[in-house]
Amino acid sequence: MTKNASFPEGQDLNRFIKRRQQKGVIWRSLFLLATTIGVVALMILLITIIDDSMGYVAIQYKVEPDDLVIGFYQGMALDAPNVQTSNDMAWLADAIAGDANAVGLLDETGYQARADALQAIDVTDAPLHDVVVVASKDNSWAQNISSLELMNLFAVTENWSDVRDGWPDAPIRRYLPAPDSPALHTFIAQTYGDNPATQPTEALLAMLVQHVSAGKMRQLIDEKPLAARTREEYVDLITEQVLAPTVAATWSLFDSIFHAETVMAEAAQIPRAQVQFHRWITWDFITSPQSSKPEFAGVRTAILGSLWVVFITLIFSVPVGIGAAIYLEEYGSGGRLDQFIENNINNLAGVPSIIYGMLGLAVFVRALEPLTSGSLFELANPTTANGRTILAAGLTLGLLILPIIIINAREAIRSVPRAFREASYGLGATQWQTIWYHVLPNAIPGILTGSILAISRAFGETAPLVVVGASTAIFMDPSGPFSKFTTLPIQIYQWTSRPQAAFQNLAAAAIIVLLALLLALNAIAVILRNKYQRSY
Amino acid sequence: MISNNVSATDIVPDLQKQHRWGESIIQAMLFLFAALSVLTTLGIIVVLFSQAFRFFARPEVTLSNFFTDSSWQPQIGHFGIFVLINATFLTSLIAMLVALPLGMMIAIYLAEYASPRTRGALKPILEVLAGIPTVVYGYFALTFMTPLLQRIIGQDVVEIFNVASAGIVIGILILPLITSMAEDALSAVPYSLREAAYGLGATKLETALKVVTPAAMSGLTAAFIVAISRAIGETMIVAIASGAGPRNFKNWQDAFHNLAMFNPFKAAETMTGHIVRISGGDISYESIDYDSLFAIGLTLFLITFALNIISRQIVKRFREVY
Repeated sequence: MTKNASFPEGQDLNRFIKRRQQKGVIWRSLFLLATTIGVVALMILLITIIDDSMGYVAIQYKVEPDDLVIGFYQGMALDAPNVQTSNDMAWLADAIAGDANAVGLLDETGYQARADALQAIDVTDAPLHDVVVVASKDNSWAQNISSLELMNLFAVTENWSDVRDGWPDAPIRRYLPAPDSPALHTFIAQTYGDNPATQPTEALLAMLVQHVSAGKMRQLIDEKPLAARTREEYVDLITEQVLAPTVAATWSLFDSIFHAETVMAEAAQIPRAQVQFHRWITWDFITSPQSSKPEFAGVRTAILGSLWVVFITLIFSVPVGIGAAIYLEEYGSGGRLDQFIENNINNLAGVPSIIYGMLGLAVFVRALEPLTSGSLFELANPTTANGRTILAAGLTLGLLILPIIIINAREAIRSVPRAFREASYGLGATQWQTIWYHVLPNAIPGILTGSILAISRAFGETAPLVVVGASTAIFMDPSGPFSKFTTLPIQIYQWTSRPQAAFQNLAAAAIIVLLALLLALNAIAVILRNKYQRSY
Repeated sequence: MISNNVSATDIVPDLQKQHRWGESIIQAMLFLFAALSVLTTLGIIVVLFSQAFRFFARPEVTLSNFFTDSSWQPQIGHFGIFVLINATFLTSLIAMLVALPLGMMIAIYLAEYASPRTRGALKPILEVLAGIPTVVYGYFALTFMTPLLQRIIGQDVVEIFNVASAGIVIGILILPLITSMAEDALSAVPYSLREAAYGLGATKLETALKVVTPAAMSGLTAAFIVAISRAIGETMIVAIASGAGPRNFKNWQDAFHNLAMFNPFKAAETMTGHIVRISGGDISYESIDYDSLFAIGLTLFLITFALNIISRQIVKRFREVY
């Protein structure tokens, strides 16, 4: 009888055991490492998205904002009656000194040079610096003026009496530094501001009319009458039509914080670029409709489309799913037919989502086109109607999540103890009465949680809806189940596929919105689950 | 006083079961709801087969062309499905190489080693990973994984659209799936098996690898197959990150030259990516592109259906009942 490799003894035994234990320790660390990798992957994902959603951007304007404002008011000042301009401060000073009705602007040195014959007019509520409003020493009435009077003094007024009652009826003679001189610019910047966002409505309207073609003005008036637009709408109009910012380059948050000098150096290479720190996800982003220009694009159309589609999915698949689950659990006999249905449902749960999209395309979009396009109910425009509507999308997604809801609901119904049903039968209730009054109310929390999770899955589905036919260029909000649509995940897909850098940032911002919505849905599900959790 | 003596025996109840019409109607309606799922499967099969039949009925399409051609360009008469299947196979292979080891290790850790507190912290994280929409993963693949690969391996080797980054991110996508199914399978093994092993002097590692894992093998295989099936059917990640055109070759010699067919760092469109790209554009219902979509869809459906059947057979045949 040969002895094969026998169990070690003595010292060998100790070494053997130690080796096995060491192997255990090594593998345990490997397992822990694998787990860390999983967690790290999630963190990197979230960090990447946040990283892309904020950062420095280099913006090029067609017309710079301050140029627009200063140019406008400069034009207004130069068009005032009785204006003379000159590059020569000394000449201006002499002219003002010699005329009691004259008023003008000089820089500090120009004023000091003839301080003997000139007096400075103080602007009481907003004192000017680097530039002085001057009048002749012979001017006995104007000592102080308010900033409003200052604006009137250099604008359309004819006589001194138009500026303030009690002043003489003499015409104002204005002496200004030459157009585009620094003195004139700083005067306008201090008096009127240089940001379009702070200008009054009349000024904005005038700027718009100056820079926008007549045809475009007519189009804007058609969209909404001029009087109905608010000041903020005018600011937006000016920004979009006149200033026309385009994003020339973007940088991630990480680069913006840690490599700021490199960012600035790269930005300096882009002509006429202004560098700002921009947060891509803002309230405007959520409430603006889709646009082909990344600077003005928003996700409102997509969010509304998503909500509509998920709503249709809800009202279709949740009742049908719960009903099917009730049938299989309560009325089912367990026979061949029921087994077949059950196998079927399990198979369907494993079918790729894009196949559902193709099913939806062939059945809901093409075969049932009169129904889904709304022409059956005569609600659709005959020339543009087709089956690629919210209704078709909702039904497709409904079929997709139906197996999930059925499986979930079955589990919930199964978890209600038999004793409840038997007690109800014992009191003489029929089967449906038992289900409706006893089983369902106790199963609803589980059903609800499962349904909310299925809905959040439907929220994030992209492929089936692309196949069913989400619109690529849609700017109007959906108005009902027969509208064309786009959804938030599809918007993300389209923006990610564009080459310009700004679209990647937009996609990141849209992803944040999507994840926030899903987080809210899942949180509701978890809260409901914890609140209604019963153990029997 | 007139006595109205009414005794219990004077009341003659009608004890026959009353037929309630409402009950029957409700039962029939619920049956219809349940049967809707059968209608769905029927619909899928009918639609895919009939439209694919229209594709194969076209004169320029032959079965041999479909299976043996080395490029997919329907416009000029090339209908080789294997180009697309190859790309799907590559991405799924890379995904499984990433997800299977990681998933198994995390599952073993969760099932055998982790304290309840760690498990309570890790399971929600896995649930969050599972709940993230695939579009987000696609964005992640394009904006993080591809530059990372380019930085590690070199920008001239790794194209902007490549199979590897899509595959790796699909792996991350299916990681929670494998982990949760494998962990369920491992936890279902009764504790008595483990205790028997400990009683014989085995270490924790030996118990986990040599006793528990083989005992849960049917569930683990089912998890493995479900994960492959999910990876094969994945659409958005490959649509965004792995390229906008099939990797076509003039002939099979070119395909195998330098293993060009299997290069993971170049672009290659998968079956699902192709379907999404074509149907996302303007497509006329009579064109050959439209019909070809359903042929690809049918292939995809048959593959995942077969995998599903195999996985259920394995579970049924090899499931250990304790």
